[in-house]
Amino acid sequence: MYNEKVMEHFYNPKNVGELKDPDGIGRVGNPTCGDIMQIAIKVKGDRIADVKFQTFGCGAAIATSSMVTEMVKGKTLDEAQEISNRAVADALGGLPPNKMHCSNLAADALHEAIKDYRAKYGGTDRNAATQAQVQAAGETAASTAAASDKPMSGEGKDKH
Amino acid sequence: MAETRRVYLDHAATTPVHPEVVKIMDYYMLEAFGNPSSIHSLGREARKGVEEAREQVAALMGATANEIVFTAGGTEADNLAIQGVAYGRRDVGNHIITSAIEHHAILHTCQHLEKEGYKVTYLPVDKHGMVDPDDVKKALTPQTILVTIMAANNEVGTIQPSAVIGRVVKEHGQAYYHMDAVQTYGNWPVNVNDLHVDLLTVSSHKIYGPKGVGALYLRKGVKLVPIVFGGSHERKRRAGTENVPGIVGFGKAAEIARETLDQRIAHNTALRDRLISGLLSPIDYAHLNGHPTQRLPNNVNISIEFVEGESMLLNLDMKGIAASSGSACTSGSLEPSHVLLAMGLPHELAHGSLRMTVGTDNNMEDMEHVIATLPDIVRRLRQMSPLYADKIKGHAAAPLTPAGEEHPHDV
Ligand SMILES: Cc1ncc(COP(=O)(O)O)c(C=O)c1O
Ligand code: FES
Repeated sequence: MYNEKVMEHFYNPKNVGELKDPDGIGRVGNPTCGDIMQIAIKVKGDRIADVKFQTFGCGAAIATSSMVTEMVKGKTLDEAQEISNRAVADALGGLPPNKMHCSNLAADALHEAIKDYRAKYGGTDRNAATQAQVQAAGETAASTAAASDKPMSGEGKDKH
Repeated sequence: MAETRRVYLDHAATTPVHPEVVKIMDYYMLEAFGNPSSIHSLGREARKGVEEAREQVAALMGATANEIVFTAGGTEADNLAIQGVAYGRRDVGNHIITSAIEHHAILHTCQHLEKEGYKVTYLPVDKHGMVDPDDVKKALTPQTILVTIMAANNEVGTIQPSAVIGRVVKEHGQAYYHMDAVQTYGNWPVNVNDLHVDLLTVSSHKIYGPKGVGALYLRKGVKLVPIVFGGSHERKRRAGTENVPGIVGFGKAAEIARETLDQRIAHNTALRDRLISGLLSPIDYAHLNGHPTQRLPNNVNISIEFVEGESMLLNLDMKGIAASSGSACTSGSLEPSHVLLAMGLPHELAHGSLRMTVGTDNNMEDMEHVIATLPDIVRRLRQMSPLYADKIKGHAAAPLTPAGEEHPHDV
């Protein structure tokens, strides 16, 4: 019923667990069958520096959780926001038709985590958020903005 | 590398065919392959095989051979019983009584009849999955033509108070009493007279016989119209050239079951009880579903909190263990088991349900293998589970944001 890639992610899921002091958490429930998925992210600059998931659900739910965490690591929040349910399923080489709804969980939980982060740290607009942090970071602003995948010097100051 | 031990624990789904059954079926396919309706000797030999099987199937339920109608399985026998009685007794009444925990072969047939104007009462069950005979009594009306309540449930193994229900139906006088005994026959004593049944469904592939063969017991004098029309086979109850190898195989399987029933019960009971205690003690937040004592000897059904059934099944399968679950994620409809819900189990517990049904091909080492394997799987899955994380942190489950679009799941 599942292909090899799905089974591989199911048996050896990546990025399982909780993050210490996460910057954003998204938890969603599956209205179809009642499963639950939680994704926690750590953000540096405007990029996802670390991500972990916890899932209560079927093989497809666990495999898509693992897959989505692999896909977003190091991506900017905007890029991560663009990842669709379909893209996660495709990255796994497809899911059985009656399991497509499970892949919704993964992308939705991720989007919720991003929303949670943005709500906490500077509005829903990435530039606004980044600018706020950039200002907080003071004199290193220009260099950080240019290489936003590097950890920002001000990271952590305005959080928690 | 050591080969993974294979442990089949899904005997309620189907059983391996007994080698003696295979042997006799072979003979009726390769040698005595005639059509039982033919006059020639090959036909007569096939007829003899079918009639012998009828005796064997009848003997395991205390019936006589001419009360047995062979069908293409338990599902068809259930359909024949319910539709056959409903259509055949339309002039008598239009009310049917059944239970909420029946097999879909019963429930979906009843639902179909409701669309045709029949009235159906679905009786509730208690938390152990037991029907109350008093509820049957209260539900009977002058319109009632049929009461159909299973002998024992296929998911949780609860053995119903069938004989008591039988007496209640007999007191009513008019309604026929049908029983789906698919899980009971060959696993536990079934006697049509002790149970006061008028019709009774059995199936071959649950008792180490081939798939696609079953039978309906029809007490002499019971009125029923056929649902399959054609030739005059099975005394005009069920048309179609007999599935001779299947029927003969079913007969052999029934004979073996009758000769070994006591041993089978003792064997299965010992394995079942070891499995239940061996799993419930090391795994916390695990519960036995079904009745503590009125339970089929081969059935273990437990709910393990904070883990989902399908993910347990996939992990067990990797360790060579075949089981089943009532989780929504394992059902085609994405609904949790209607049996567990009818017993009042919350969705979370239905979600983590695991059914393991033992059989003659299992031994105690198999049970020890499962007992050594499952707790680790549960531990691993719980480490992944947000619900378990909540539990150990001691706070109530965080509120959920429903996931975005709802997709049709059957496309
Ligand atoms: C209680 C019950 N009734 C009916 C059936 C259907 O029997 P069959 O598979 O022979 O059609 C089953 C088998 O799944 C069953 O468990
Ligand atoms: S999470 Fe329930 S079917 Fe996938």
